[in-house]
Amino acid sequence: MTFRKYLVLAGVAVFSAAGDSLLARGMKDLGGMSLHNLSSLILAILDPWVASGILLLLAFFASYMSALSWADLTYVLPASSLGYVLVAVAARFGFHEAISPARWMGIALITAGVGFVAAGPSLTPARKLPGDVISQPEAQS
Amino acid sequence: MKEAYTWAAIALIVIASTTGDILLSHAMKQVGDVGELWKRHGLLNVIVRVLATPTFFLGLIAMGVAFYSLLFGLSWGDLSLVVPASASLTFVANAFAARLFLHERVGRRRMLAALLVAGGVALMAI
Repeated sequence: MTFRKYLVLAGVAVFSAAGDSLLARGMKDLGGMSLHNLSSLILAILDPWVASGILLLLAFFASYMSALSWADLTYVLPASSLGYVLVAVAARFGFHEAISPARWMGIALITAGVGFVAAGPSLTPARKLPGDVISQPEAQS
Repeated sequence: MKEAYTWAAIALIVIASTTGDILLSHAMKQVGDVGELWKRHGLLNVIVRVLATPTFFLGLIAMGVAFYSLLFGLSWGDLSLVVPASASLTFVANAFAARLFLHERVGRRRMLAALLVAGGVALMAI
């Protein structure tokens, strides 16, 4: 794992958390939707909050794809959950919001989970299954 | 009715985003290390390689379904239910699906991590 790779994983966490927050803020403005007016669901992307949320989620997607090109899915996913912790920490120290004991517990569990995965290898060799065709190196003539 | 819509949206988010994650992960493993490819062949080459991978598009469609299910769910249910419920269930579903379809070695360490993260995400909502 190089510094660049840790930076990409940090991007996955930060962009997904910020994008989700903006999206949620926008959808609350728009109110309840139903299957009967699907057009409003499509027009939702014109809302400035939703639109900026989508932009950040695109940045998330780029870093997520990059991470998946060199790490296992079960390695990248827990790393992305650090975003929830970042949001809580920003709320506590940036906006002086109170954090309930249950949320602190949640932060501890997520951090422990990420630590467990990060301590192991980022890419595991694929298991050979009985049905798999094992490619044989071709004989040089 | 509102509750049924909310849980239907949550179920749809979990199924669609797990399918999407598996397909996208499979596609990116076929493409190879994006950073290395960028250094050697340039960004354009990386983009062309990704776009030429069929499973990438299938994954994108699944993610699109998950995204609109999330918008739908958020408009009906509380943010504090929809996001943590779908996120924590997706972590667990992905751990099983990655083992089954991607043949990743999800040993005790990674399964425990998935459960810890899933529990933690659920607790964050309280």
